[in-house]
Amino acid sequence: MLHRLLAAVRGRGSRRGWRKGSPARGSASAAAAPPVALPAQAQVVVCGGGIMGTSVAYHLSKMGWKDVVLLEQGRLAAGSTRFCAGILSTARHLAIEQKMADYSNKLYHQLEQETGIQTGYTRTGSIFLAQTQDRLISLKRINSRLNVVGIPCEIVSPKKVAELHPLLNVHDLVGAMHVPEDAVVSSADVALALASAASQSGVQIYDRTSILHVMVKRGQVTGVETDKGQIQCQYFVNCAGQWAYELGLCSEEPVSIPLHACEHFYLLTRPWETPLPSSTPTVVDADGRIYIRNWQGGILSGGFEKNPKPIFTEGKNQLEIQNLQEDWDHFEPLLSSLLRRMPQLETLEIVKLVNCPETFTPDMRCIMGESPSVRGYFVLVGMNSAGLSFGGGAGKYLAEWMVHGYPSENVWELDLKRFGALQSSRTFLRHRVMEVMPLLYDLKVPRWDFQTGRQLRTSPLYDRLDAQGARWMEKHGFERPKYFVPPDKDLLALEQSKTFYKPDWFEIVESEVKCCKEAVCVIDMSSFTKFEITVHCWAWLKKYMPEDSNLILEDVTWKYTALNLIGPRAVDVLSELSYAPMTPDHFPSLFCKEMSVGYANGIRVMSMTHTGEPGFMLYIPIEYALHVYNEVMSVGQKYGIRNAGYYALRSLRIEKFFAFWGQDLNTLTTPLECGGESRVKLDKGVDFIGRDALLQQRQNGVYKRLTMFILDDHDTDLDLWPWWGEPIYRNGRYVGKTTSSAYGYTLERHVCLGFVHNFSEDTGEEQVVTADFINRGEYEIDIAGHRFQAKAKLYPVPSLLTHKRRKEDVELSDLHGK
Amino acid sequence: MSSTVSYWILSSARKTIATLQGGQRLYSRYASNRIKSKGRLFPQGPATLKDHAAACGGIALQKAYRHTSTEEEDFHLQLSPEQVNEVLRAGESAHKILDLVSRAPDSVLRFESNQLAANSPVEDRGGIAACLQTNGLLFGIFDGHGGHACAQAVSERLFYYVAVSLMSQQTLEQMEEAMESMKPLLPILQWLKHPGDSIYKDVTSVHLDHLRVYWQELLNLQMEMGLNTEEALMYSFQRLDSDISLEIQAPLEDEMTRNLSLQVAFSGATACLAHIDGVHLHVANAGDCRAILGVQEDNGMWSCLPLTQDHNAWNPAELSRLKREHPESEDKTVIMENRLLGVLMPCRAFGDVQLKWSKELQRGVLQRGFDTEALNIYQFTPPHYYTPPYLTARPEVTYHRLRPQDKFLVLASDGLWDVLGNEDVVRLVVEHLAEEGQHKPDLAQKPTNLGLMQSLLQQRKAQGLHAADQNAATRLIRYAIGNNEYGEMEPERLSAMLTLPEDLARMYRDDITVTVVYFNSDSIGASSKGS
Repeated sequence: MLHRLLAAVRGRGSRRGWRKGSPARGSASAAAAPPVALPAQAQVVVCGGGIMGTSVAYHLSKMGWKDVVLLEQGRLAAGSTRFCAGILSTARHLAIEQKMADYSNKLYHQLEQETGIQTGYTRTGSIFLAQTQDRLISLKRINSRLNVVGIPCEIVSPKKVAELHPLLNVHDLVGAMHVPEDAVVSSADVALALASAASQSGVQIYDRTSILHVMVKRGQVTGVETDKGQIQCQYFVNCAGQWAYELGLCSEEPVSIPLHACEHFYLLTRPWETPLPSSTPTVVDADGRIYIRNWQGGILSGGFEKNPKPIFTEGKNQLEIQNLQEDWDHFEPLLSSLLRRMPQLETLEIVKLVNCPETFTPDMRCIMGESPSVRGYFVLVGMNSAGLSFGGGAGKYLAEWMVHGYPSENVWELDLKRFGALQSSRTFLRHRVMEVMPLLYDLKVPRWDFQTGRQLRTSPLYDRLDAQGARWMEKHGFERPKYFVPPDKDLLALEQSKTFYKPDWFEIVESEVKCCKEAVCVIDMSSFTKFEITVHCWAWLKKYMPEDSNLILEDVTWKYTALNLIGPRAVDVLSELSYAPMTPDHFPSLFCKEMSVGYANGIRVMSMTHTGEPGFMLYIPIEYALHVYNEVMSVGQKYGIRNAGYYALRSLRIEKFFAFWGQDLNTLTTPLECGGESRVKLDKGVDFIGRDALLQQRQNGVYKRLTMFILDDHDTDLDLWPWWGEPIYRNGRYVGKTTSSAYGYTLERHVCLGFVHNFSEDTGEEQVVTADFINRGEYEIDIAGHRFQAKAKLYPVPSLLTHKRRKEDVELSDLHGK
Repeated sequence: MSSTVSYWILSSARKTIATLQGGQRLYSRYASNRIKSKGRLFPQGPATLKDHAAACGGIALQKAYRHTSTEEEDFHLQLSPEQVNEVLRAGESAHKILDLVSRAPDSVLRFESNQLAANSPVEDRGGIAACLQTNGLLFGIFDGHGGHACAQAVSERLFYYVAVSLMSQQTLEQMEEAMESMKPLLPILQWLKHPGDSIYKDVTSVHLDHLRVYWQELLNLQMEMGLNTEEALMYSFQRLDSDISLEIQAPLEDEMTRNLSLQVAFSGATACLAHIDGVHLHVANAGDCRAILGVQEDNGMWSCLPLTQDHNAWNPAELSRLKREHPESEDKTVIMENRLLGVLMPCRAFGDVQLKWSKELQRGVLQRGFDTEALNIYQFTPPHYYTPPYLTARPEVTYHRLRPQDKFLVLASDGLWDVLGNEDVVRLVVEHLAEEGQHKPDLAQKPTNLGLMQSLLQQRKAQGLHAADQNAATRLIRYAIGNNEYGEMEPERLSAMLTLPEDLARMYRDDITVTVVYFNSDSIGASSKGS
């Protein structure tokens, strides 16, 4: 039946003649038709005729780029797009994903009217079920984020769920989220409609044309070689879905696109005795790992099982493609879950079990943007089973990116450049996606870490720290200590420590923070300095490096271990180890010196700690790492030194209003927007990239401002903890979202950082944000639907207590000196 | 009772004799398996421990406990079903005939093999290779004792000896010519090994020299068509064994090679080698590995056709052969306690020069300054050692012309046959084949709605069918170690057997190596009609 449906679609598609731009030939007679000559050149070549490729072509043509050729190796909309379950859902964790899905929803809604092609768009709404309180919290968090961007959405009781969908068993539910404007649609028809519209505005579409090679000269795309000839082009867009990884390698300068496919199963049934009405809402039962939608009066139900089956690890494999069969035994847990949710469906007759591989990415976010190594090489893939939801919006942003240089929204989180070389290992990808796919429906609690692909990059001190009780987190393959469990303390097992409330490590981190404030701590930050600076900035730095200078840019990540000595006694430890005066007179703040520490020479010492606390960063050539660490620990003993982890660091730096690159700040943040104007030499007559823009911004004012919020009526023990992405309300009106948060042990309050905007009350347009605007407001932070009062600060809270204690210390040591 | 079995295996490894009393009956079952453990050549070796264990369980187990380095806590470890599968499948390999060289016989459809170690390191070896200069596939199983050196050497070299023996005069001349003019040799074999299999690279040049001497002798025989398969198998076995024996008698320069040769000669290995060329199946066997055919009669009934005789004390033909070959005065001593001279289970094997050379020769060789202790070699002369050799590597060669009803061939080391009978093995492979066919519920036939489908799937899950092994060899091993005394599969037992620490595993099971070869009945049928 599905085939018949698709055949009908194809028939319609060819009747509509979406191939207008190319020499006319019916798709049905493709095999017999004489070979069609491809154009010799085009501005843009898009590879992939699925929803992504057609959406990019559609939006490019809308924006006036008409010299576009779209190539598809098989037939249009025949890959994952064809088998996609057709659920359009706007309930996403990331704000940018919400925006993409919302745009897609609006686009598909009017597509039928625009193109005349039936897309099967039906606004059914969707219901997200919660079997546990934790799941309900997770839904509430999404709910408050959806509400602020204007997507209707509400938390409903189980009773209401039963009214919305009478077939559902609601006895085990604690609540649900209802998103009334979500829709179902035939994804293949959407792709065909997009293709048809694009073709009418001049895009040339060729199917059964495979790209063999992408030609690159001097870091710039120059054309593609296909099995039907060459096309010269300035831009190439890789929308090849699960083949994108391989296609990325088919080029003089390989482009690493980290994604991997897993088999994905869903069930199709015949209509119910009284066919389900087309308005039947889509149901997502994440605790049961399934989704259920109406399909021609029957149901379509699939899920994301705990034990996914990765596929195509070794690239495109004909054997595996043919072997894509129904695996009923594998589907059994999902089927049982379905029948538990809808017991009456027992008598529904099965049509088939569809096996449709989906692609997943290492961090569960899709991949878009330009390759850092090849100019003009754009990528839009890795949709983690949400291709239909993202298709419209993602295509629009990518088209804007190509036409204007950057999209209208901040898609930094989805940028291809976020990945390094690590993610190109097939083994890594295979293991990671086996974790990512179940994670789609797992409960996402604050501070979870991936378990696969671990212990890849480690500091030379890894074993030493591990033996001392370090618990680890991972950032881009680098292990970093979170905190150190004291020998006498037991923490909950991993599974049990998943909580939205106060975590079990609270006291541990508290004592680490206290030690940073009163004595001295050492944090191994080998991953930090190198990674954040190298990967995110590196591509940028390289882009603007003068080509003829004798400057050399090198990634020295692996050459140095970084130790962060934080605390008032760091001075004492270091001066004892170096026999050099370390007082502020000799070593002012933000100063860098090369000196010896212990026996080791050539250690770069910087008087900064990334936290606002006194102390030093030590950049140690890795062969000295263990020596310096041992010396620091043994000398530091009498000053009360101990190990600390990133959680302590985060608490310290957020309390001191230190914004972090990648978390709070990204490539679109200017120094003026985050209180960094004092670090920018605007008035010294030195020119630098972006100076004019900053001057202009100083003149006109900023449209957003990073602000620190201190939660007032928040009970640390009993209330939900903030994480990031919580809506901020000023005088009851939404003004922005938080970017990071931590408990400040000195303030004894939760602290959130976030950007405050000033949306016009009438038009919603962004207006200038002044200090006055920030200061004169009553603020609330919405954590999962509960609003907590917050004080806004533009500058860090001066910590009188710490200051006083330090003064006493100095006096005390003076006394000893005499 | 059954639920305590697996617990017992673990707890018995601990010290409590009280628990042992409860498990006495079971224990004797294991002991009876273990009695067959082959190596009793080396009194100080771990083998002694096992044999004592058979005689007086409790005491030996105490010993065993003392010997284990494993912390007691580790015994609580239970493998999950997934981990069990992982362990069982680690040694898997499977080939479809499509992957093979074009010259491979079309009578073979595909083959699957697997190995599970009990000794550490494993003493079994397996090997599969295609002869490139003649038609034919070779499947070998080698069960080492007293170390793995001999099994390793035989598993590598025997295939070359057989391949060379089968070559025509013309091919041999080409080989010799290439050798003389230092040109690359014709490729002899294509190995179809498991990727994890190791190879002694360092000594292959010495071995090649000896192989060359062998083919030069074959050239001198002036037989245009070469040897027939039966002769080839017969000669290669004996030739290789004599080379192994002679290599260590001749002075060798390189110390590494010399030590290795010594280890090879002073350890032993039984061998079973099948050669398949079209419908012609030859099996050469020396020792107690076994090869059987699974046969399906026209009425659909399955039966088993053994292709080899076990060469051990339970084989009357072997007994009378031994008595014939040695003076009447030794009738009572040549086999004692069901072992050759009271020490060795199999009556035929490669290596084991302690049972082949005269006492003088043994002493002479060993006195040439080997560090025998470091090499794990014990100079030991069994009692009643009067008229060597007592042991031979001469194989018994069976010929079978394949018929359409011959569906598969199972070759395995005695680790499998100790616990599973021939009929059990055939039944398990047949079940495996049947499951492969019906793994997927047929929606066209069953009037299936969601509820019926669910109950069907849950039934399958309960039976554990969904976890069915893809590989018949794995299935055989799973049942070999997971079956309880009633022949039922017991998951806890399976898990417990695989959880045993390295130093205890050999007490409860032997190394198991299995190869299952599936025949293409259609092509066999066609060629039998054609001929």
